[in-house]
Amino acid sequence: MSTKRVYMDHAAGRPVDPRVLEAMLPFEGSFHVNPSSVHSFGQETKQALENARVKVAELINAERKESIIFTSGATESNNMAIKGIAYRNKERGSHIITSSIEHMSVLNPCKFLTTKGFKVTFLPVDQYGFVDLKSLEEQLTDETILVSIMYANGEIGTIQPIKEISQIVHSKNAYLHVDAAAANGQAPIDVKNEGIDLLTISSNDMYGPKGVGALCVKKGVHIEPIIHGGGQEQGLRSGTEDVPGVVGFGKASEIAKKEMWAESERLMKLREKLIKGLIEPIPYSFLNGHPAKRLPNNVAVRYSFIEGEAMLLSLDMMGVAASSGSACTTKTLEPSHVLRAIGLKHEEAHGSLLFTLGKQNTEEEVDYVISIMPDIVKRLRAMSPLTPKELRD
Amino acid sequence: MYSEKVMDHFRNPRNMGEIPDADGVGNVGNPVCGDMMTIYIKVKDNRIDDIKFKTFGCGAAVATSSMITELAKGKTLEDAMKITRANVADSLDGLPPVKMHCSNLAADGLHAAIEDYYKKQKAGKGA
Repeated sequence: MSTKRVYMDHAAGRPVDPRVLEAMLPFEGSFHVNPSSVHSFGQETKQALENARVKVAELINAERKESIIFTSGATESNNMAIKGIAYRNKERGSHIITSSIEHMSVLNPCKFLTTKGFKVTFLPVDQYGFVDLKSLEEQLTDETILVSIMYANGEIGTIQPIKEISQIVHSKNAYLHVDAAAANGQAPIDVKNEGIDLLTISSNDMYGPKGVGALCVKKGVHIEPIIHGGGQEQGLRSGTEDVPGVVGFGKASEIAKKEMWAESERLMKLREKLIKGLIEPIPYSFLNGHPAKRLPNNVAVRYSFIEGEAMLLSLDMMGVAASSGSACTTKTLEPSHVLRAIGLKHEEAHGSLLFTLGKQNTEEEVDYVISIMPDIVKRLRAMSPLTPKELRD
Repeated sequence: MYSEKVMDHFRNPRNMGEIPDADGVGNVGNPVCGDMMTIYIKVKDNRIDDIKFKTFGCGAAVATSSMITELAKGKTLEDAMKITRANVADSLDGLPPVKMHCSNLAADGLHAAIEDYYKKQKAGKGA
């Protein structure tokens, strides 16, 4: 086992920024206080909650803090947006459009709605993962109430042209929901400028605590709540708010707003170096996603003739944590739907490897990963019956 | 996730490689599920004299391939045919439940190699 510990799996989980933790601590101590209470304890807590709401709103340039509805994370936000718009607008229409590379927390609510009388169109994407705008235009009808397209894809890094998509969607008077969980904190999201009606963001994706997220709902856009109860969050999300979590989310948003540009620039340099170092010295290696229009921290590659989980175990033996879209690493035993949607064959998808960089990663760590990868690929290719003769020893 | 034994076989696979003049070859698996395996055997006096494997797949696929070569080596063909998927998994101190079906192909690979040997023998006699 290696003594080195290199964490490059930030899409799966990020460490909480120490400054975020510090901001949360006073509220962990008064965890019992309910922000809806009239007494001064409650009012102080309420104030902290509202301050956090302002910070989150500022990060994405929401028109007002009331647009921010706190949730338990991106999965809940996506469910709330999709079901909330569908239930509220079913008199107007029953058609929803999404893409074939969305997160499961978008795809599965859409599939669920097909059992409730809604029609869902899953748009194809090209080899880079860009949504086909022409087929979006063709599929939009007067019946279409919602289009849900992700800001960027966490598995292949591709960033969608949201502003263009928004113009198309609004020309047909449908609502646009954007799942930005993979992109928030890395991409300068601007709901006003980009014309986003509903935006999903999550806290852990920007070094805040897990279990907290938000749905930003534009003023004048109405959704049906999916959780009913005491009427918190303007009646849209009942249940006492997780105050320490929300305060941490607010602090994480504030830090992201301040540091995002410099950090993204740093990550892009590391990204380019890692991509080059993982592909150039190794034959039959490829980049997944678009070379330029990709998340600053996303390095998605694939190697022919070998399988992703075996690569992950080999990397882990050398102290490196990464991820893969191979069937062997999923609960469903199917290769990633994203990699299949961009046109990869099963065996190509199985050979995928995903490194997602973060704040703590250094150039030295990137060099280390580059230095160990050729031997890992070589060893597994020596074992594989698929490896062509020319690559053997 | 994996037992120490699985990891040991993944780190140091036993009998990995090909036998160019094999008496029997077994190919199992498919690229859709992500595991493909080739088992090569050399037979002498009705016993498995030498056995090698090549595997495309996850850690469990590699470890079960490696383990089956240890289990089968030196056994009579009849005894080797009796080795089951469960035997392989047990010898590795178990496999995660999801891996029991998709990646535990090694026994099938061994049986396919033995059947290939029998087929070749029959064909040889007929000629």
